[in-house]
Amino acid sequence: MKSNHKYSFIILAAILLLCFLANISLGSIHIPLTEIIESIFGTTENETSQLIITKYRLPKALTAILVGSGLGTSGLLMQTLFRNPLAGPFVLGISSGASLGVALVILGSGLFGGLFATALISKWSIVIAASLGSFLVLLAVLAVSHRVRDTMAILIIGLMFGSITAAVVSVLSYFSSAEQLQQYIFWGFGSLSNLSWNELLIFFGIYSVGIILTVTSIKGLNSLLLGDNYAKSLGLNLKQSRLIIILSTSLIAGTITAFAGPIAFIGLAIPHLTRQIFKTSNHKILLPAVFLFGAIVMLICDSISQVPGSDYTLPINAITALVGAPVVIWLLVRQRKMMF
Amino acid sequence: MEDKFQNLILKAENLSIGYKAKKADKVVASNINFELEKGQLIGLVGPNGIGKSTLLRTLIKVQPALSGSILLNNKELKNISTSGLAKQLSIVLTEQLISKNLSVYELVALGRHPYTNWVGNLTDKDITIVNTSLNQVNISDLKYKKCYELSDGQFQKVMIARALAQDTDVIVLDEPTTHLDMYHKAYILKLLKKLTEETGKTILFSSHEIDLAIQLCDTMLVMKENEVVCDQPCRLISNGVFKTLFPKDLISFDDTTGSFRVTK
Repeated sequence: MKSNHKYSFIILAAILLLCFLANISLGSIHIPLTEIIESIFGTTENETSQLIITKYRLPKALTAILVGSGLGTSGLLMQTLFRNPLAGPFVLGISSGASLGVALVILGSGLFGGLFATALISKWSIVIAASLGSFLVLLAVLAVSHRVRDTMAILIIGLMFGSITAAVVSVLSYFSSAEQLQQYIFWGFGSLSNLSWNELLIFFGIYSVGIILTVTSIKGLNSLLLGDNYAKSLGLNLKQSRLIIILSTSLIAGTITAFAGPIAFIGLAIPHLTRQIFKTSNHKILLPAVFLFGAIVMLICDSISQVPGSDYTLPINAITALVGAPVVIWLLVRQRKMMF
Repeated sequence: MEDKFQNLILKAENLSIGYKAKKADKVVASNINFELEKGQLIGLVGPNGIGKSTLLRTLIKVQPALSGSILLNNKELKNISTSGLAKQLSIVLTEQLISKNLSVYELVALGRHPYTNWVGNLTDKDITIVNTSLNQVNISDLKYKKCYELSDGQFQKVMIARALAQDTDVIVLDEPTTHLDMYHKAYILKLLKKLTEETGKTILFSSHEIDLAIQLCDTMLVMKENEVVCDQPCRLISNGVFKTLFPKDLISFDDTTGSFRVTK
């Protein structure tokens, strides 16, 4: 039984490496494998391709790995915590919060007018607004979850936050210029390719804290599979575990949304796909599997969005939805009931 | 007297159970007194809605007592920490699991959580205990089956094995025989009896199978409108406790057979 999983993990890791190299190699210009390796180790003579790889494609591929693995992980956390196969990292309203923050900066900047507006819409202000937005929504959810014991209610409250955000965004967009609206819509498309190495480092730092917190919750997550009362009878501190799980989700999903935009379906679809293949709900196996799977799928989605050999770059959010939504439908139709 | 004190495992004193509310507490039952001894099989019976589940939920600390005290191993239940209680008391509830996508072995192994390290790795000792628990309820052959593949009867045995693996002095089961056919009802209760004899654990269960409980239990807790009676089944019969348990218009208790008959 156990060695079986070991092989699966080795295969998954190999596929991840393959996708990683393919992702770097594909794009508007095809770069052969030998040149990639030489560029990474700085021994190549072709300066153009080295520039493309180190400045552009390598950070983008690494971002894809962080985004995919992070969204998959937070999706798994939410599905177990909310005992709901349809939960994703965004049901808590994390992405709505981020969207609201970004909308206020981009669409609301017109209100300040003039020079101040251009200063406001820098890359960092969007990142900060998104992080702040998701963090504030998280605080609200935490405050509510302190009072409401029922996880189902928290789920619905998260959805309501989403509706409120959407409404505020519509009002803001009604008063915005076409240019601002376009900028907001572009943020909503999601993008993996705008990160510098410095930004990537900050991204990785916050993401790591979230992942470490997640790893410490594995045991608690497994006892939560039995239900709250059983988990408590096994000695689990319910309040504390819930808090840690929500906190790590918001750290992971919050930073991802801040840096890469709201990316749909990965958080929902990846845990389900993984359960199909590994046929278990044991988090000791699921968590690393979801991690690898999410990274692989995100790299593939990114490779597709680049439309190899052309100059076009499709919105990554559209690709993940095109890949993710049919997967969820297929799982539902095949099983009638989502295995959980 | 000294000996009895030694054997005492669970004691309720002037216990009042129910639900706390802002204005006035909703009292389900009050003035409950009983003493349960180690190594016994104890059946909790009573009509629907009398508060059997509320009593069990209070005893396993899912909800607080309104007043009075519960002593587990001579310690106040409310002063025992969650992790401490996990090593003294395990439960089998009627509620459905969130996920049945676990193998029987994995589910039973979850019972070892109070003893395992931060990530939940099983030591050799844990593995031995899990296997022993599987053997004790005769489900070793189901070890690698998924929980969603099992019948209700098999699944109930798995949940009992999980409680056994938790290695506690007391196991509390809330209606372990619902949804089971007559054979499996008897099978599960007989299994519980065997476990008390083999392991020395105290097993407390609630049930509507009064006939079976009378035959198998060492002690019975009978919840009635105004009192909770705790005694050996034969004495409960001779004191006529069961005669007044239900309204007399439909069924009546027959002392000689120890069972209920439909009134003709």
